[in-house]
Amino acid sequence: MDTLSVLLMGFISVVLVNNLVLTKFLGICPYLGVSGRIDMAFGMGLAVTFVVTLSGTLTWMIDHWILMALGLEVTRYVCFILVIAGAVQLVEMYVRRFFPSLYDSFGIFLPLITTNCAILGLCLFLNLWGIDSLLDAVVRSFGAGIGFTMAICIMAGIRENLDMADVPECLRGAPITLITAGLLSMAFMGFSGMIR
Amino acid sequence: MAPSNEAKSKLYSQTLLAGLWRENPVFRLLLGMCPTLAVTAAVKPAFTMGCCVIFVLLCSNIIVSLMRNLLKPHLRILMFTLTIATFVTIADLFLKAFLPQMSETLGPYVPLIIVNCIIICRAEACASKNPVFVSIIDAIGMGVGFTLTLCVLAAVRELLATGKIFEIHLMPEAFVPWAAMSMPVGAFITLGLLLGLVNLVTGKRA
Repeated sequence: MDTLSVLLMGFISVVLVNNLVLTKFLGICPYLGVSGRIDMAFGMGLAVTFVVTLSGTLTWMIDHWILMALGLEVTRYVCFILVIAGAVQLVEMYVRRFFPSLYDSFGIFLPLITTNCAILGLCLFLNLWGIDSLLDAVVRSFGAGIGFTMAICIMAGIRENLDMADVPECLRGAPITLITAGLLSMAFMGFSGMIR
Repeated sequence: MAPSNEAKSKLYSQTLLAGLWRENPVFRLLLGMCPTLAVTAAVKPAFTMGCCVIFVLLCSNIIVSLMRNLLKPHLRILMFTLTIATFVTIADLFLKAFLPQMSETLGPYVPLIIVNCIIICRAEACASKNPVFVSIIDAIGMGVGFTLTLCVLAAVRELLATGKIFEIHLMPEAFVPWAAMSMPVGAFITLGLLLGLVNLVTGKRA
């Protein structure tokens, strides 16, 4: 029961309190780029969730069982980025084989997940938060993906309505999206302090 | 026919200036948003971050430009990333050794330079097609443009959040510090408004 509550707390913490997009500024590029339509935003969120869970778990295992055991922490970043690039390649092949229409609509954004800061960021944060059990690492990685999906879907919903709003010429596009994100992150600030 | 010296120097100065304004990585290309938002709560970390990016960008542009003829197309992104990751590790270790406090403030955002789109974008768009010297100039222009943008954003935020920049009080006594500016909210909204301002200025000129 105790481990269960720890896991649950970790999950909620990474989805709401430490939401990667709105409090840690990670993954802003796809957040601005793909949040135009809600179905694409959801697809992107799912792809990121899958990659982040896979690579968060793998990098935790590599970090703890290989790099720390051998004292090779210096090569951490190089190893992490290799694992992420590999995971993205895997997802790309899978999506192209089984969901060709989704693959076409993703276009350039699928390979760009490699350079999505949210993924490398999460792997680094797992290290920074001192997560020391594999299960906790898996749950938090998954939670980070869910948090990203949630943030990007909320944003896509707002932007679909924003199209009909009368926005000043110079604020159209990215600026108004950033300001909206600011207001959203203010809402998410309400969760801070709920869990550490 | 080889371009004359005059044409060459014109090309160089244009490349240098492109990064500063016309193709400013943050304002015009919307690249590298994560560090832009995350480290700009105060000017000092923003400047340090900018210097790290200049270093990494310069080194990776040089290396990529040197090996541009050896690259296999489908492996090039991987090679870029590995090159960048190596230099970021160097920068990170340097910060940890000589500026431990700054390294703590910047936290995971230093390793996150690896996935900063600016660096990959320059490697792909410039260094993998141009000789070393042009790549160096491009890296300096882009890097300085990025650093300046970070500093401007950080100056606005630090001034409004604490009323001072670099420990120098600039605001009148009656000024009430605007704490929200140092939080994520301030980052998003300031950048949004600055982008709007840049659009306004460039739109008028065009």
